[in-house]
Amino acid sequence: MSAIGGVGPDLVGGGSLLQEIEEAGTPGPPVTRRRRRPRAWRLVILVIAGLFYAIPFLAAVKYSLIQNDGSFGFANYSAIISNGDVRNALYTSLEISAISAFVVIALMLPTVVLVRLRLPKLTLMLEGVTILPLVVPPIVIAAGLAHLQGSAPEWLVKLWFNHPLTGLTPTYVVLAMPFTYRAIDTGVRAIDLRTLVDASRSLGASWAATLVRVILPNVETAVLGAVFLTIAICMGEVVLSSIMLYNGVLPVEMIQIGAQSPGISVAISILGLVFVFLLLFSLSFIAGRRRGSNSVRVI
Amino acid sequence: MAPFTVYVLIFLGLPLYEVIHGAFTSDADQLTLHNFSTIFSSSEYWIPLKNSLILSAWTAGLGAVLGTWLAAAVVATPPGSMLRRVVSSASGVLAYFGGVALAFMLIAAYGRPPGGVLTTWLKDIGIDLYAQGFNISSLFGVGIAYVFFQVPLMVILITPALEGLRPQWQEAAESLGASKLEYARHVAVPVMTPPFLGAVLVLFGNAFAAYATVLALVGVTVPLIPAAIEAAINGNVLVNQDRIAFALGVEMILVVSIVMVFYWMAQRRARRWLQ
Repeated sequence: MSAIGGVGPDLVGGGSLLQEIEEAGTPGPPVTRRRRRPRAWRLVILVIAGLFYAIPFLAAVKYSLIQNDGSFGFANYSAIISNGDVRNALYTSLEISAISAFVVIALMLPTVVLVRLRLPKLTLMLEGVTILPLVVPPIVIAAGLAHLQGSAPEWLVKLWFNHPLTGLTPTYVVLAMPFTYRAIDTGVRAIDLRTLVDASRSLGASWAATLVRVILPNVETAVLGAVFLTIAICMGEVVLSSIMLYNGVLPVEMIQIGAQSPGISVAISILGLVFVFLLLFSLSFIAGRRRGSNSVRVI
Repeated sequence: MAPFTVYVLIFLGLPLYEVIHGAFTSDADQLTLHNFSTIFSSSEYWIPLKNSLILSAWTAGLGAVLGTWLAAAVVATPPGSMLRRVVSSASGVLAYFGGVALAFMLIAAYGRPPGGVLTTWLKDIGIDLYAQGFNISSLFGVGIAYVFFQVPLMVILITPALEGLRPQWQEAAESLGASKLEYARHVAVPVMTPPFLGAVLVLFGNAFAAYATVLALVGVTVPLIPAAIEAAINGNVLVNQDRIAFALGVEMILVVSIVMVFYWMAQRRARRWLQ
């Protein structure tokens, strides 16, 4: 979005989340935050916000522990593995997440590096294109795809739409683009790209080796951020998958099984929320540590 | 550059072309505005648009105010503090993963008694929300659910701007004799207004485009634009429904584009002071 303006770090999503995380560890110029401000209001706000989220969350935890016969136990959680449909949907969604994350990096990292290094004039265009999935709501992309699904020639349907893995993964990569582009771009901006590439190339490394063995380790945190955001988006996406009638992915399965046994869906929701929270939370520590080691590095 | 271009053209360009092309053509593949005159002449499609706009507006406004308070409380702690890590990670979870999981959490907590844990508990102590017309699986319930992810998105969006508000400005103002209130009125509020409005617009667009929470909470019966699109695609009542869905899709893209233009203008203003 600020993309359209084409300047500087933006306010949108992944980029700024990651940036915030990264900046957390920067020693930087000394910021003199004042300590004498009244702290009561802060505490009040934090407590209210905490309760606003914690109360329904704890209520949901209690709900998920109520078994069919009314007693308390972990039946809803064990059903995630013992129920074949749910288990398969979980595997499919994890597969889609993993492949999407890989494709995102394989697609975005070389493109961002190339544009920064050789084609800076295209920066604006790249920012504009990557912002498009935010301008076009998922339901609209879904409408277009659902129509293709119905009208495309048979060989294409077979190749593309017959399985959720091929039907959804490519578009999930697109949906994640606004966030992954910004995350990776922030990372690449922060390193001395030209020097690294020149050094690597002059020592005889191929472009591929330079990308994988020189640039990738230097933007590890940004790439990890992009990967985690992609996983979060893929595991939660439901609009495309339900419009395109893919029943075998986790969120759609959650809605379907929620009609008869909502306890299982609530249990999956809780595990999902905790899982993604831990991903992002661990990222904040990795980012901090990386930054610390940056100051010692020569380049 | 080439693989990226080809990829985007196929997986974003192609569905987008289908929608735009389909919206402006008839079944005989002739250029027409008939699909648009249908969606603009029928209250069947006006009401979802109106509802979507109203819902997006109030959840964006409420989310923005609450989110700014929360962000301000968090920014006051030193960078890297545990509180910051927890809040920013939790915000990321709700803003990017949220949707369905959030909906089920709310159904578990606020569902119709005896299902919902909190509503049942409230009923036991004499407050029967459902008897008073509350329903989590309603348009209002959807709004409540939206606030749950609008607040964290606001925290993510506004935090950098709040961090850019330099303590030196307050010191300078105070050393020139300004009171706290004067500092707020003449410095803090004017500097924060553009990024705040920009973030409100993002929240608006976010709510306008959102559909995941709705799918899990209510389903296709909710009178909002995305539901109208789904009904037109998968309902298959009439022959021409696909094109109606496309026309509604173009309408959505237009609304979000307008929001984006205003956002871009707010951003340009914001950058004057906050880097």
